[in-house]
Amino acid sequence: MILSLPLRWCADGERLPGRLLLVAAAALALFLVLPLLALLIGSVRDDEGAFSLLRFAEFAATPGMATAAWNTLWVAALVTALTVPLAFLYAYAIQRACLPLRGLWRLIGLSALLGPSLVGAIAFIQWFGTQGVLKAWLGGASVYGPVGIVMATVYAAFPHALMILVVALATADGRLYEAADALGASRWRRFRTVTLPAAKYGLISAALVVFAYSVSEFGIPKVIGGNFPVLAVEVYVQVVGQHNFGRGAIVALLLLLPVLFAFAIDTWVQRRQQASLTARAVPYQPRPDRRRDLPLLLYCLLLATAMLGVLGMAMYTSLVRFWPYNLELTLDHYIYGLAEAGVLAAWQNSLKIAALTALIGTPLVFFTAWLLERTPARPAALATAVRAMAALPMGVPGLVLGIGYILFFNSPDNPLNGLYHTLTIMVVATVVHFYTPCHLTAVTALKSLDREFEAVSASLKVSRFVTLWRVTLPVCLPAVLEIARYLFINAMTTVSALVFLYSSETLPAAVAILNLDEAGELGPAAAMATLIVLTSALISLVYSLLTHLLLRRHQAWRNFQR
Amino acid sequence: MQLKHLIRSLAVAGLALAAIVPAHAEKTVLNVYTALETDQLKAYQQSFNKSYPDIEIKWTRDSTGIITAKLLAEKAKPVADVIMGVAASSMVVFDREKMLQPYAPANLKALNPRFRSAGATPTWVGMDVWGAAICYNVAEMQKQGLPRIESWKDLLKPEFKGKIVMPNPNSSGTGFLDVTAWLQMFGEKGGWDYMDKLHENIAVYTHSGSKPCVMAGAGEFPVGIAFEYRANVVRSKGAPIDIIFPKEGLGWDMEAIAIVNGTAKLEAARKLADWATTREANELYAKNFAVVAMPGIATRLKYVPNDYEQRLVKNDFQWMAKNRDAILAEWQKRYSTKSEAKK
Repeated sequence: MILSLPLRWCADGERLPGRLLLVAAAALALFLVLPLLALLIGSVRDDEGAFSLLRFAEFAATPGMATAAWNTLWVAALVTALTVPLAFLYAYAIQRACLPLRGLWRLIGLSALLGPSLVGAIAFIQWFGTQGVLKAWLGGASVYGPVGIVMATVYAAFPHALMILVVALATADGRLYEAADALGASRWRRFRTVTLPAAKYGLISAALVVFAYSVSEFGIPKVIGGNFPVLAVEVYVQVVGQHNFGRGAIVALLLLLPVLFAFAIDTWVQRRQQASLTARAVPYQPRPDRRRDLPLLLYCLLLATAMLGVLGMAMYTSLVRFWPYNLELTLDHYIYGLAEAGVLAAWQNSLKIAALTALIGTPLVFFTAWLLERTPARPAALATAVRAMAALPMGVPGLVLGIGYILFFNSPDNPLNGLYHTLTIMVVATVVHFYTPCHLTAVTALKSLDREFEAVSASLKVSRFVTLWRVTLPVCLPAVLEIARYLFINAMTTVSALVFLYSSETLPAAVAILNLDEAGELGPAAAMATLIVLTSALISLVYSLLTHLLLRRHQAWRNFQR
Repeated sequence: MQLKHLIRSLAVAGLALAAIVPAHAEKTVLNVYTALETDQLKAYQQSFNKSYPDIEIKWTRDSTGIITAKLLAEKAKPVADVIMGVAASSMVVFDREKMLQPYAPANLKALNPRFRSAGATPTWVGMDVWGAAICYNVAEMQKQGLPRIESWKDLLKPEFKGKIVMPNPNSSGTGFLDVTAWLQMFGEKGGWDYMDKLHENIAVYTHSGSKPCVMAGAGEFPVGIAFEYRANVVRSKGAPIDIIFPKEGLGWDMEAIAIVNGTAKLEAARKLADWATTREANELYAKNFAVVAMPGIATRLKYVPNDYEQRLVKNDFQWMAKNRDAILAEWQKRYSTKSEAKK
């Protein structure tokens, strides 16, 4: 499809990428920046709508805000310091060791995404709370507070980091390893001088995503945080509790600061990153090695058990009459949830939203990343603007995005206001909400490719688009498929942005589950969450099978033996 | 040639469809935003459609906080035609923002005069009352040897240290009505003194009004400061809880109905407001709530005492609205920072 068109554009080839990038920039501005501005402008307006910095003064005087800001920072730093090494080792085990059942470990590694984030927080309460069987493990500390927040956030952020790191470790130049071995380098030295530097961009991206996730996630601290104040919950308190959008906007602005900081680091690292997969590279093939494989297998087993334990608790709750007092097994919660609470229709809505999000989001994200990374897209300021906008969503709580969408798209002056209250706007909001990790995955994959591919194409007078179609896309196919799956399973479970955007016909399942839990229907909520988990797991499995076949064709070069 | 043909037949089909659709779509679609429970919605809709079969209700349901935020954010171009089953304290906010269309429903005179907004023509009309209650987990009470609870003051006993959950008034309307009730019952100073001591016993301030009873039901914390409707639901699901209505008095709020200013479906909206004030509707409310807008409807809920209505405090909604910011700021100052400073 793309194949036939670009030949005609060849002559125009140098200007076209710039124009396309402009389109991408316009889309991001329209669906991300403007809705945010519609809300953030409230922070500099007083009640009558005139310009005023009064709200900032008011906010600074609010007791406890400094504590909340400090808590947010140290919790996010701790979560990052725990999650990234855990996820890196797990990704390393999947990609660089010869483990049996690699696909299974990978799926379990992503399992935290399969259920709504609420499920994790509730399961941690059930394991470690007052009635929890593992309560003693906390040594007297209450799960309600920083302990619970850190545990539940590490669990929830793990797959986001894993996705990026799996891609970062997917490609390596076998020659470097051979050279290291030939020079008699120790295992550790080889890891430090070959493996780590090649994965550096992925590691930093993963750290940024985890940090930003921890800063902006409000669902977890809201449920398990007890009296431990953090800024993201403060946004919820201001917007949903007090209906004070102006003050909510100020806290949202504060949450954006770490993202700006992260973006600065990202730009700085970008300049230093070099391709690990040069055109002359020989794909690295790990050979079985018991001393490496056995400990890594144990590690995967341990982590997988812990992660399945979280989901298992939700499934168990869905099957007993009333946790923890009546543990008689029953299927009533499933019947109630599907028939009485009308979750079936919501489940269908979610499937629709998720499929569309993956279908629309994946090409959009990858193509934009490709324009940024692999074309001389000028002016440079435009590229910087797109990079900044791609990094922005990870610092924006979904709640803030959702309110911004209402204010912007429901405005009578907005020519696009027909979009409001449609499924389309929900899909767009979901793509935007999860844009950053997908973008970073795509960039990580693209960065590992040598620029020489394009140089060779140019000298052969082949259009960039043909190179994209014939070389870049096939090489990056694992990343592209990973992005599509990530978007799909996240869209199945996301709540925060959509809670403000659904209409009577488009209620998503995750919101229905949240409402069941609110109403005290823990059993039905767990049952419906289990259904979502099973759906996403099933789709992931089918998807793995399909991609396995697809990859065998397109990735044959990886197994090429000289 | 082929394509042209296809397009023309499609266009004809489209026109035909356009001609058919209105004939079938005589039903007026009414967008109703609500915080009512799903099972209540079904019953109300059935009863309403018996009288008005040509009006189709499309519900958008969420918690009071989310629905209120959504309505306020949509202010510039409202999507909702009617707001039904949303707290009167939220209605006061909508009223202040000029978002409500005044209307006197057909049966207004038959209602208790407390159940309407002030002014000649009300902007909102009350449906039923939801009041405070305590959910007390009896299984945990026996296991931990905790004392009985009859009054708010009982919660101050040292045995309850770290055993009580209540909603944070900054995030939950239920939490706010507890705080205002204590301030109105015990007086300004007495109220804050009470909360100072209660704070010593609070394990967690939740961000949802329903959660404290749910947590009490699951035995996370034995005592949850909650409200009657949720307490009934949690108990009927099999939670081992007693529902206690403290004798000093109970904070409360109303569920109310209002028409959105500028709705294009004013006639249909008025019909729904009319229905909401009928005897039939009030009888349906009474299945879930002990006190409803129409006097004289006998309600005997299983766990609710007969003198429930007398226990409700004298609520001054104007005072509550006017002092809301000051009360919440004081609460924030006293309890949100202090809980951290201790560690």
